Amino acid sequence: MKKIVALTGDEVAAEAMRQINPDVVAAYPITPQTEIVQKFSEFVADGKVLTEMVRVESEHSAMSACVGATAAGARAMTATSANGLALMWEVCYIAASCRLPIVMVVVNRALSAPINIHCDHSDSMGTRDSGWIQLYSENCQEIYDNLIQAVKIAEDKNTLLPVMVTLDGFIISHAMERVELLGDKRVSDFIGKYENPHSLLDMENPVTYGPLDLFDYYFEHKRQQVEAMEKAVEAIRKVGKEFGELSARAYDLIEGYQLDDADFVTIALGSTAGTIKVVVDELREEGVKAGLLKIRAFRPFPAQEIIQALRKSKAVAVLDRSASFGAQGGPVFLEVRSALFQEEKKPPIVNYIYGLGGRDIGVKDIRGVYENLQRIAETQRLPDTIGYLGVRE
Amino acid sequence: MPSLKELSKREERLSRGHRLCPGCGASVIVRQILLAAEDPVVLSCATGCLEVATTIYPYTAWKTPFIHCAFENSSATLSGVETAYRSLKKQDKIDKTIKFIAFGGDGGTYDIGLQALSGVLERGHNLLYVCYDNQAYMNTGIQRSSASPCGAATTTSPVGKVITEGKQEERKDLTEIVVAHGTPYVAQASPAFYNDLMKKVQKALSTEGPSFMNILSPCPRGWRYSDSQSIEIARLAVLTGVWPLYEVENGKYRITYRPRKKRRPLIDWIKSQGRFKHLLREENKAILDKLERSVRQREEKLLALAGEKGEAL
Amino acid sequence: MKEKGWKDIPLGGLILEAGNAERYKTGSWRTFRPIWDEEVCIQCLRCWIYCPDNSIVVREEKMVDINYDYCKGCGICSTECPVEAIKMMEEGECLAKKREGE
Repeated sequence: MKKIVALTGDEVAAEAMRQINPDVVAAYPITPQTEIVQKFSEFVADGKVLTEMVRVESEHSAMSACVGATAAGARAMTATSANGLALMWEVCYIAASCRLPIVMVVVNRALSAPINIHCDHSDSMGTRDSGWIQLYSENCQEIYDNLIQAVKIAEDKNTLLPVMVTLDGFIISHAMERVELLGDKRVSDFIGKYENPHSLLDMENPVTYGPLDLFDYYFEHKRQQVEAMEKAVEAIRKVGKEFGELSARAYDLIEGYQLDDADFVTIALGSTAGTIKVVVDELREEGVKAGLLKIRAFRPFPAQEIIQALRKSKAVAVLDRSASFGAQGGPVFLEVRSALFQEEKKPPIVNYIYGLGGRDIGVKDIRGVYENLQRIAETQRLPDTIGYLGVRE
Repeated sequence: MPSLKELSKREERLSRGHRLCPGCGASVIVRQILLAAEDPVVLSCATGCLEVATTIYPYTAWKTPFIHCAFENSSATLSGVETAYRSLKKQDKIDKTIKFIAFGGDGGTYDIGLQALSGVLERGHNLLYVCYDNQAYMNTGIQRSSASPCGAATTTSPVGKVITEGKQEERKDLTEIVVAHGTPYVAQASPAFYNDLMKKVQKALSTEGPSFMNILSPCPRGWRYSDSQSIEIARLAVLTGVWPLYEVENGKYRITYRPRKKRRPLIDWIKSQGRFKHLLREENKAILDKLERSVRQREEKLLALAGEKGEAL
Repeated sequence: MKEKGWKDIPLGGLILEAGNAERYKTGSWRTFRPIWDEEVCIQCLRCWIYCPDNSIVVREEKMVDINYDYCKGCGICSTECPVEAIKMMEEGECLAKKREGE
């Protein structure tokens, strides 16, 4: 039974978790994730889920408990932000390396210092090498849809990797939007049951998790993870199609908005994509062929899809909501430019760092980006430095 | 408690071929614990000697399910396994009895693992945490931990020209920290007293909720003595009062062994290990006295808590 | 064991063969070997409970042998034996004696 509700990003994440009904949830509060865990605790207290909650004493223990639980054949979920994610960093690597299909909500928030509770992508970008699949959500509907799909993607037999689903802190997490919910049974039928063929609770076939690899085996285990990420592309696509059949909202690794014939393209992740869509519509009315390329799956990085999508563009701007200090641009820019490098025909591409620590980005800023793209296409000259949208000089 | 003859018929769940040092106290401890545990067990282990030497890929010495996650989270990881077990049992997906034992060295328990242990104890998970206390970070090269006794020479508290005492700080009393959590069953044991150790394991595993055992694990390499002396040293620790054998059940203290006639002076303990060699020098008399005092004080406190009479164990 | 490629080993570093460490014979570590005198032995089994490597072979409640495939020669059994039924001898000498006998 389809239901239309008004919920905030955190609330709808909790709702998706309720329908997923994981066996174990181990979480520690951190703004702006807190509402998710609070709401979910109410579900537990009211007997609306079968979940056993572990109210851990730190995020490091949260991820550790999730590792233990999934290794024991249970479905486990958690949620965090910023420094909480940073604290569980080593265990994130362990979770991915042990091939445990944990699903985690990351409510994007800036990393300290100085301490800042508002949105940027430094937390999830910081874990981009950890081996987790990363899906970025634009709005409340997407966080709901992504979470449900994440379970199936993670548990896909060819993937077996944990999945991180993000949503922008405060901007989406605390904003109320119209959301279409699926019925409980449809969700549980869609995700099916979790079966770990090598469970710690299988006493007949005792298994050892997390051994010591010397230099003679570590490389092989990592190569397996590389393979899993490549297979994940298919899983994301397949599950996105199946979800489309279920909900009439299909998903892929990227989303193009007015992209097919676009001359000037902006690439972005998360809620800013929504603002860009508004600007694209405005510009189109003014006769400018503007388009948006929204990246949904940042890991695995959809290089082929991006190359295809940009083949007709005249100028491209990549918006990064996190900095990579000392690097030649933000993380998204580096990957996009690298993907295009081998192409014979590639558009000029520029990078903007924006929105750090919740610095707002609006229609005016984005219009400025497109104006610049038009100038670049005209003059065929790239600016010398990376642009910092909205910082006070 | 079954006799040794009866125990000898039980399955050994730690296989031969593990690569712990000859004479390692930890291997004896694990064998005794697994022989005492009558139910199927799932184990977790912190990074350290025990974990590293028993699971060198592609070999594992464990004949029971085993998980190593990281250094500081053996307790947290196993709490996730235990929670999964409860959850799946509640949903009728599992029906067998399984017990859970988390292992950690003093490194992974007293220091980096203290927070996670505290969280697990407070949350009341149904598992036994065993600390095999070899009184230093042995696996990484004998560096001092908060469990190292004062006066011990370690690689990060070496005996030098200016600092001649070795470790200057007194060791932390983790067993008492655990008791302060209100943990239903807490005990100290030594592998030299196998009956006492195994009885305590059985009590711990039949306790509802968390239980904790702190077991002294002599280390030939780190403590500088000949391999063949490990059990004798584990015995001496008890006979000299350095490592009292006691248990705390729901807050009630009970000393489970009093050496009485077999009592030995502390100097025997000091003389048995190279890590204390420098304490026999005149210039280090103060730290030797400090060590003696702290052993005495803890003994007296324990005697009082257990409501027992006498000056010494 | 010949080393396998990444496609032929279990995922995630899991070891699926419980107790396969027994393929690694630690007996080669020895520099001293315990020699057991069955006549003197009182079958108390203390050596068995104290052996770090489970190398005291017990069958039907009786000690029958020492497992030299795994015994690391630590000497705990010899130290703990209440009747001196186990004596430590130099491994080199023992091997030489064995070869002489053959």
